[in-house]
Amino acid sequence: MITKRIIPCLDVKDGRVVKGVNFQGLNDVSSPVELGKYYSDNGADELVFYDITASAEGRRLFTDILTEVARTIFIPLTVGGGINTVDDFDRVLKCGADKVSVNSGAIRDPRLIFEAAKRYGDQCVVLSADVKRVDGVFRVFAKGGRENTGMEAIAWIKKGVELGAGEIVLNSIDTDGVKKGFDLEMLDAVCSAVSVPVIASGGAGCIEDFVTLFQTLPRVDAGLAASIFHYGEVTIPALKQALKAHNIPVREV
Amino acid sequence: MIAIVDYGVGNLFSLKSSFAAIGHEAVVTGDADTLRKADKILLPGVGAFGDAADKLRATGLDQVVIEEARRGKPLMGICLGMQLLFDKGYEYGEHDGLGLIPGEVRPIAEVIPAGLKIPHIGWNALRFTENKSPLFQYIKEGDCVYFVHSFYAANCEPDVIANAEYGALLTAAVQRGNVCGCQFHPEKSGKVGLHILKAFCEEGNLC
Repeated sequence: MITKRIIPCLDVKDGRVVKGVNFQGLNDVSSPVELGKYYSDNGADELVFYDITASAEGRRLFTDILTEVARTIFIPLTVGGGINTVDDFDRVLKCGADKVSVNSGAIRDPRLIFEAAKRYGDQCVVLSADVKRVDGVFRVFAKGGRENTGMEAIAWIKKGVELGAGEIVLNSIDTDGVKKGFDLEMLDAVCSAVSVPVIASGGAGCIEDFVTLFQTLPRVDAGLAASIFHYGEVTIPALKQALKAHNIPVREV
Repeated sequence: MIAIVDYGVGNLFSLKSSFAAIGHEAVVTGDADTLRKADKILLPGVGAFGDAADKLRATGLDQVVIEEARRGKPLMGICLGMQLLFDKGYEYGEHDGLGLIPGEVRPIAEVIPAGLKIPHIGWNALRFTENKSPLFQYIKEGDCVYFVHSFYAANCEPDVIANAEYGALLTAAVQRGNVCGCQFHPEKSGKVGLHILKAFCEEGNLC
C-alpha cells in the first residue's frame, strides 16, 4: 500500500529561506540546507524548494544551494519557481532535483510540459496550479495568484496531464492562508478529472485538516504545507502518528 | 571502490552523494578498465528499457558488466538498471536485457486492478520473501522506500528478496548470488535506502 506523502514547502529568496523559521537545534534558521535536513530527519516524505528570486544573481545562488541540499538529503526533491524553458529544467535537474514544478511558464507556453516530459519523463514534470473561484467557476491564476488567466481550471489541468504532467499540485487560493482546512470541493473535482497523483495545497491549519483530507478524499496522494510546519504549529511526527491512528497509511521514521 | 556505470542515462548526482554519505568512495565512470578494477559495480538507469539497453550496448559496457558479474563481482542495478539485469523487457516492443537474472520486465497495468494510478509512485513498504538477503541486514520488514515505475520484473520468483504491495505484489528487490537489484531508489529512500547501500558496500556481502 502506497503511503500518503507529507510535503513541506520552502520558499527561497537569494539563497535563504523566507518566513522566519524557528526550531530548537537549528543554528541557522534560514539556511535551506539545515532546514531541509531537519525536515528530512523528522519524517518529511519529500521537499519542495520554491525559488522566489527575481534576479539572475539570486538564481545562481539558488542553484548553488540546491546542489548543497541534494548532497545532504536523500529523499525526493521538487523544485519550482522561475521554470520557463527546458533549459531551466536542465539547470535544476543537474543540481540534483528529482522533479520540476511548472506554473506560469506552462501557462505562457503549454508546450513546455510536453517538451520536458518527452526529455525527462512524465514523472519529472509537476504541474502546479493556483486556482480560485470566480463567479462560481474554478479559474487558473498566474504570477503567484495575482493574475486571472480566465482559463477554466479543470480543463487546464486535464490538458496539462495530456501534455505529460505526471503530478498535480493544486493550490486553492480561496483556502490558502485561511487555516480552516484544505479545499475539498476543488480537490475532489480535480481528482475526478485526472488519473495522476494529486497533491493538496492551501488551507491546512492543524493535524485534523490532514486527517479530514485523506479520509474524505482517499484519492488525494499528498498534503503540502509551509507555515504550519515552519512555525511548529504542526510537527510531522505528530501528524503522522495521528494519520496512522486513523488507519491512513504513512511512512514512519 | 564502487563504480557507477555512466552510459548517458539519468542523473547520477544523488547516487554518488549517497555513497559519500555512508563513507564509501564511488566514481561515476564510462571506462571499461575502471569497471574491471572496481570492487563493486552499480548499474543505474531511468527512462525506457529499449532506449537504455541500446545506449548501454553502444558504449560496449554491457559486455564488461556481464563479464565482471559472471566472474563474481557484486553488481547492483537500480530502478531501470535492475530491470536491465533480466532476460527481456516489454516496454515499447520487445528488447533483450543483460540476461543475468532469469525473468522479464512487463507493464504493471497487466497485474494491478484498474483504477490504481500508474506509475507506482511514492513510498511503499518492503515485504521480505523467504529468500534472505544480506542487503537487508540493517533494515526491517515494513520499512518504506521510494518507488517510481510503470513496469515490473515478472517470472523471477526464485530470486525475489522483497515485494511491494500495490494492488498486486510487485517485485521490489532481487538477488541471485552476487547480482542484485532494487526497483526502488535507495538514494531517495532516506536512512533505509542508505542502509541498503551500506550493506551492499560491505566486504564479504554478495561475494
